[in-house]
Amino acid sequence: MPMNANDIEKLIKAGIPDAEVTIRDLAGDGDHYAATVIAESFRGKSRVQQHQLVYNALKGQMGGTLHALALQTGLPEG
Amino acid sequence: MAIDQFIDNEVKGNDVVLFMKGTPQFPMCGFSGQVVQILDYLGVPYKGLNVLENEELRNGIKTYSNWPTIPQLYVKGEFVGGCDIVREMFQAGELQSLMKEKGLPVKDTAPA
Repeated sequence: MPMNANDIEKLIKAGIPDAEVTIRDLAGDGDHYAATVIAESFRGKSRVQQHQLVYNALKGQMGGTLHALALQTGLPEG
Repeated sequence: MAIDQFIDNEVKGNDVVLFMKGTPQFPMCGFSGQVVQILDYLGVPYKGLNVLENEELRNGIKTYSNWPTIPQLYVKGEFVGGCDIVREMFQAGELQSLMKEKGLPVKDTAPA
């Protein structure tokens, strides 16, 4: 059962309240997404740790229901 | 041998290890294939482990690193990341620096 982009965004924001989330549906099939997650709370964390925070927010959907989510994380600019 | 012990031995006993779907010669997933291409481009010797051949390994590696997806790249015993992170680091030249820092041979590539 594919997930829709809104659900993904809601889960990420529930786990990382200061996150700015942009999601693109890459294939239009509700199964391959690219997400950019920008959050001040990522500061001081490695890329692996930042991605782990996002995966934790997705509560185990990643690698299961959510087959493909290309992820890019970063800090707010300025 | 327990699976986490097996993984630990592989990760610590090889300089560069890639847990992937398929093999470096025949990747069975686009994400695994991208990391293979990057490693081949850098010319770094690495060991590929095919998680599709072993369900226990496929699940075990996710627990080992607390990382839900395959591929997973390890350098000198340290988890570097999955496909997105490896690609991002490669594009920024950070992967090349990491390999050099760890004393691994990297083909000289033109700076971006």
